[in-house]
Amino acid sequence: MALLEVKDLRTSFFTDAGEVKAVNGISFELDHGKVLGIVGESGSGKSVTAYSIMQILAGTGRIVGGSIKLDGEELVGSGENVMKTVRGNKISIIFQDPMTSLNPTYTIGKQLTEAILLHTNRDRKQAWDRALEMLRLVNVNDPERRMKQYPHEFSGGMRQRVMIAMALACEPDILIADEPTTALDVTIQAQILELMARLQKELGMAIIMITHDLGVVAQLCDEVIVMYAGSICEQGTADEIFYNPHHEYTKGLMRSIPTADTAGKKLRPITGTPIDLLNMPKGCPFAPRCENAMKICITKRCERMEINSDHAASCWLNVKRGIENGTISPDAFNDFAVEGGDDRG
Amino acid sequence: MILQWKAVMTVAENRPLIEVKDLKEYFNINTGMFRSRPLKAVDGVSFTINKGETLGLVGESGCGKTTVGRTILHLYKPTGGEIRYEGRQIKTKEDIRNFRKKATMVFQDPYSSLNPRMTVSDIIGEPLDVHNLCSSKEERHDRILELMDYVGLNSEHAARYAHEFSGGQRQRIGIARALAVNPDFIVCDEPVSALDVSIQAQVINMFDELQEKLGLTYLFIAHDLLVVRHISDRIAVMYLGRMVELADAAAIYDHPLHPYSKSLLSAVPVPDPKIARANKRIALTGDIPSPLNAPSGCPFRTRCPYAAEKCAESMPPFEEISKGHFVACHRLAEINR
Repeated sequence: MALLEVKDLRTSFFTDAGEVKAVNGISFELDHGKVLGIVGESGSGKSVTAYSIMQILAGTGRIVGGSIKLDGEELVGSGENVMKTVRGNKISIIFQDPMTSLNPTYTIGKQLTEAILLHTNRDRKQAWDRALEMLRLVNVNDPERRMKQYPHEFSGGMRQRVMIAMALACEPDILIADEPTTALDVTIQAQILELMARLQKELGMAIIMITHDLGVVAQLCDEVIVMYAGSICEQGTADEIFYNPHHEYTKGLMRSIPTADTAGKKLRPITGTPIDLLNMPKGCPFAPRCENAMKICITKRCERMEINSDHAASCWLNVKRGIENGTISPDAFNDFAVEGGDDRG
Repeated sequence: MILQWKAVMTVAENRPLIEVKDLKEYFNINTGMFRSRPLKAVDGVSFTINKGETLGLVGESGCGKTTVGRTILHLYKPTGGEIRYEGRQIKTKEDIRNFRKKATMVFQDPYSSLNPRMTVSDIIGEPLDVHNLCSSKEERHDRILELMDYVGLNSEHAARYAHEFSGGQRQRIGIARALAVNPDFIVCDEPVSALDVSIQAQVINMFDELQEKLGLTYLFIAHDLLVVRHISDRIAVMYLGRMVELADAAAIYDHPLHPYSKSLLSAVPVPDPKIARANKRIALTGDIPSPLNAPSGCPFRTRCPYAAEKCAESMPPFEEISKGHFVACHRLAEINR
């Protein structure tokens, strides 16, 4: 059984302008000790997915459907008391900006021990020792002195180390990292990524790495989910996604990244602007920007289809190719189409 | 108005448009009620930018790359050194005023660099008004529409406000504003860092196209090394207010010589799992020292794996070690054996 099982998760924000379907029916599984990358651009729903798992949605956000199972136990609708035992203990999260995640008026030691006291049965002295041990684990020099300092005395990279120490203090099964290195410089980013990779091996936890940077994904992740407009376009092992992409959006993203080979040449960007989540098309959300969009892409959403055992994508072009190659019979075609009253328009 | 296309120049000419010599920019930081100390944001930087060329300027936060860009445009008064435009030093107020008709800037944050109370046509038209470049209302209007066309905005957008646009479109407005005075030189300060990958590629292509069409010269400041590699002819690497290496883009990427350039480039996450797994990173320990307490001698020596005694004693000179390849390192010969 998978450690975390997300099925048809739907999360919406209810704004004055209408319902924003930030996460629109996504499913994935995460096994023990695996690193899963969720990539997408702003507004693709990757962070909302993480907040939904932790149930820390802000304001008008609500999970409107689907299920999230941790070790077989349903979390959606389980109530705040259950979630309190999950957060920090079983699933921890670190955020993009370590400055706003730390309280500037308390010392680092106070904040670290507070988290440990809250989640374990240690007394104050044991919690302090555990905090020291955690700081050593994340390579903070001179932890005794550092424990008595305030967040402003730490650099960005050091603060992110403290956040990681805090998140791992109670030995969670899953660490969710929401753009943990986006605010950091490249050399510091490299240090933090290396640290995360080392801790993942040593402690054997699973990591959900949320990022817009395909370079970070390539470095750290076993499996990858590509999101666009609240849906999963494509998911599979890192090698499959990078070397054998089967969704037009993934291909477009890869083409958009400048590399040594593109120097002096034109990039081939994805045209158009990101989708307005308030006015979602009934077909494939990427169709309005897709170079190879067909008629069916505009009218019907493509269901998830397996490319091979390590790889699945939701793109009509794959169905078309399958029919042309004879691997999919045209009769099976209807099975891939989403049936649904409002989709017919 | 007839389009004022400049001579189409695809190949950079070997004539310096901008010459910067020993540029220094110190900020006074109050450290007590009556005491202050200089923060040496830029400490003796020299380089030239040829006509039609793109010089990429990279480095981590706090290295002074933005300050270099702003000081060239005299948004900060230089503490020392000189800046020449087409061979003439910029000194008097009159010089600065004329220079700013030829040199403009695109800012990083498309959200805070546009006035929310002005319409797009007023934002783009403001430089025209400031420099009295249009004699009639019609001319101004036509010029604004022409500029919007350059950057791929529709003419219907002219009467709208900045908040009605997405990040990528806002950056286009900022670029149109920079182009309004018909400049030769644009300082691009992290113009694509705030944008999503797919939009970033659109804007990068636009910078390329505008350069070809209008013969522009860019100083392209960014921390994203893949972007800089793509767009630049030559690249300069800065560390703690100093330039440590300057060379052709390909030379820096394929054979960086300074230990800082080496580790900076090896730290870039490559979007290719096989390369990323095999990649031997030259890990740097520690953080960048504060520019208020810069180390003696070579600024990089506190994090440099090759640091020796002489590195603490004196600042290594910024020397040309092969044609067009400048490096500042005492132990260059030993490291690159």
